[in-house]
Amino acid sequence: MVRNKKILLIIIAILALIPIITKSKAVLNAVILLLIFATLGEAWNLITGFAGQTSFGHAAFFGIGAYTSAVLYYRYGITPWIGLILGGIIAAAVAAIMSYPCFKLKGHYFAVATLAVAEIIKQIFVSWKYVEGATGISIPIIPRSSDFIKRLFYLQFNEKTPWVYICLVMFTAVIILCSYLENSKMGYYLKAIRESHEVAESIGINPTNYKLYTMLISAFISAICGSIYAQYILYIDPFMMFSLDVSMKIVLLTVLGGVGNVFGPIIGASIFIPLSEFTRIKLGGSGTGVDLMIYGLLIILITCYQPKGVIGIVQKLAERSKKANIGGEGKIEATSGN
Amino acid sequence: MKPLLEIKNITMKFGSLVANEDVSFTIHENEIVSLIGPNGAGKTTLFNCITGFYKPYCGNVIFDGKDITGMAPHKICRLGVTRTFQIVKTLNEMTVKENVMTGAFLHTNNRKKAEEIAEEILDITGLTPKKDVLGANLTIADRKRVEIARALATNPRILMLDECMAGLNQTEIKDVMSLCLKLKEKGLSLLIVEHIMEAIMPISDNIVVLNAGKKITEGPPQEVVNNEEVIKAYLGERYHAKSKKS
Amino acid sequence: MIIEQIIANGILMGFIYALVSVGLSLTWGVMDIINFAHGEFLMLSMYTAFWMFSILAVDPLIALPVCTLLIFILGVLTYFGIIRRVINAPGLTALLATFGLSMFLKNLAQFLWTPNFRYINNSIVSGKTIEIGNIVIGMPQIVAAAASIIMTVAIMIFIDKTRTGKAIQATALNKNTAQLMGINTKKIYAITFGISGACVGVAGALMSTFFPIYPAAGALYSVLAFVSVALGGFGNIKGALFGGLIIGLAEALGGYMFGTQFKYAIVFLIYLIVIQVRPKGLFGW
Repeated sequence: MVRNKKILLIIIAILALIPIITKSKAVLNAVILLLIFATLGEAWNLITGFAGQTSFGHAAFFGIGAYTSAVLYYRYGITPWIGLILGGIIAAAVAAIMSYPCFKLKGHYFAVATLAVAEIIKQIFVSWKYVEGATGISIPIIPRSSDFIKRLFYLQFNEKTPWVYICLVMFTAVIILCSYLENSKMGYYLKAIRESHEVAESIGINPTNYKLYTMLISAFISAICGSIYAQYILYIDPFMMFSLDVSMKIVLLTVLGGVGNVFGPIIGASIFIPLSEFTRIKLGGSGTGVDLMIYGLLIILITCYQPKGVIGIVQKLAERSKKANIGGEGKIEATSGN
Repeated sequence: MKPLLEIKNITMKFGSLVANEDVSFTIHENEIVSLIGPNGAGKTTLFNCITGFYKPYCGNVIFDGKDITGMAPHKICRLGVTRTFQIVKTLNEMTVKENVMTGAFLHTNNRKKAEEIAEEILDITGLTPKKDVLGANLTIADRKRVEIARALATNPRILMLDECMAGLNQTEIKDVMSLCLKLKEKGLSLLIVEHIMEAIMPISDNIVVLNAGKKITEGPPQEVVNNEEVIKAYLGERYHAKSKKS
Repeated sequence: MIIEQIIANGILMGFIYALVSVGLSLTWGVMDIINFAHGEFLMLSMYTAFWMFSILAVDPLIALPVCTLLIFILGVLTYFGIIRRVINAPGLTALLATFGLSMFLKNLAQFLWTPNFRYINNSIVSGKTIEIGNIVIGMPQIVAAAASIIMTVAIMIFIDKTRTGKAIQATALNKNTAQLMGINTKKIYAITFGISGACVGVAGALMSTFFPIYPAAGALYSVLAFVSVALGGFGNIKGALFGGLIIGLAEALGGYMFGTQFKYAIVFLIYLIVIQVRPKGLFGW
């Protein structure tokens, strides 16, 4: 527990220092996206890593969050802060409606169902006039001269640094919540449900309820990420928000970072977001798709040669150094403990 | 003694296959009842009917005066009826202590409290030296013990053990036997499904014999072993006839 | 449009979906791997047909065996290059590998051949129609549906009757037991992936005569195939066949009744409804 707290503090400190060290827009942009997707990864990790229900539809909650705050601001000038909370609530409500009938499905059937829900929501948004349908919403920009308080109130900033800190606060709050949950009754119950439904039921756990609570939390967090993302890039449309690619991106960085581990998403995001940003900046822009081609190739290589995720390497290294430190005794401990 | 768990005329069918037919018996408070019978007699099915994993076709299960027939398993557990599984289902990705803690969380939300309960249970079941071993790395005997410990952690009034001695060696069986008696001393009732006669004879207050889904007899251990029906069911008609002749 | 016409169109499209789904169902059922690149295999087959047509002036129907063989080989290579390494990896890793492959192939196509839409306008079947009563059906669709039926039936017979087919079934049920019975499961996996590719190889060549060809052409069919396989029940070829048909019909009727923009929403909705009644798909157990 204590060691984990240290790791967390180090990660946060490094990320907090980046805007002080560099003003490079590309770097800060990568950090912001990294934090947003790491937070999304944490949300997904709750339902898939801990509760064992694979979701391919988290883009739905992400999109609902983005649209709620964007529409409220675009139509009525309501501050995105309210939209952010309301978006979370709406996403959680949608999660509740879709989860209850879906939770009796097992494995792949559940995964395909979440994918179907996300696709249906996308279709609805594409043809919904009120949210500007397929054209998408450009978020109205407040005058450049506005003071910081007003900018904070409308969540629009001239430079990227405030965004880094807003995202960092969001990420920190979420990771603390997740590690708290992991070590609480809920975390134990979710792990039991993931391993065996029957055991869970036999010791008095109601699997449906616990999965539902998890889904609500997960959807709420994802929606907040969506609102932040929409305010950050100032333009959203249904295809970019609700696409399977967004859902898969979340799956990708969490699985390759280390699924079922609170540090997995941040590790995965720290590798994959800068990587995709780098290939996009260096190779994209020509519209030839060569950046995504290389990105795809890298995913293949990593999955083929490091199938246990990056956290697998970290754990292996940690174990090795532990063995080296303690010597023979440590070896016995490591073999009996694993 | 007050009746704690009453099984009344339970019948369970899978399609046209009748797994339990009109089975009735009662477990009183602070009593060890064993359920025996040849393979396929319907013992595990009956377990599943009692604990809510199956909804019986007809009949009732009454626990402490309350009808619990067909209730969800987790609700039945919360009332105080907890079972183990014949095919052990240790939570492999958790340590022994975490396995037990998961059970202990039933009556507390506090992690510290759950840990205390778990420590106590680990002590009773003799698992303390192995508390940090992952479920996946345990031997079969330890897995069965974790299974019992996890169920015990839910603080049941009646503990239902499904073949918790099968596959164990003599010493390990003795351990489980003394554990059962220890639990009885603590005021628990036990319902045990078992094949190993020498293990359950000395500890049972009452034995219920199932054959082909039906209850053929019930009574104190000594009575049951001398019952002709039981010998027939266990050893077959021919052997029974032969043993009578000689 | 009259209702008979819509149903006819839906069924014809359904047979093509069925073929794509049968391919996906094979790898999914036998190896428990969701192949995200399935749609990209389809897209590559369409491009193969297109280039054979525009460079060598070979009609897509004649190019069909070439497309099939090429994608079969691609499937086998995918197994040996990627799947073999990830098949025993935990959880979703294998799925991500195929997702990476899908991304790679889609963008490779874009890199090589630009994102422009391409069409094959004057194949043998183009522009011809058949009238049955008051239903008018395009020749390309009829040929495609007919060939899809033939291919689907051929695969079902192959799985059911041949030694290799039985070995595939055994491997799907229990890999270890199959191995103990002397089945070379690696070979079976490679063949399965190849056949799965051959399915979309056939489908792609046929579809190239009446669908635009572009790098993202396959993506939609991947998703539809996921749904139709789940609708039918995993690992069940008959299920995939009916799943495909239902989806074809749902798309056509849903589009007619609620507007074409909702046709896929209807398809997904039908999945969600069916799965409530049959949580393991129509033919699942």
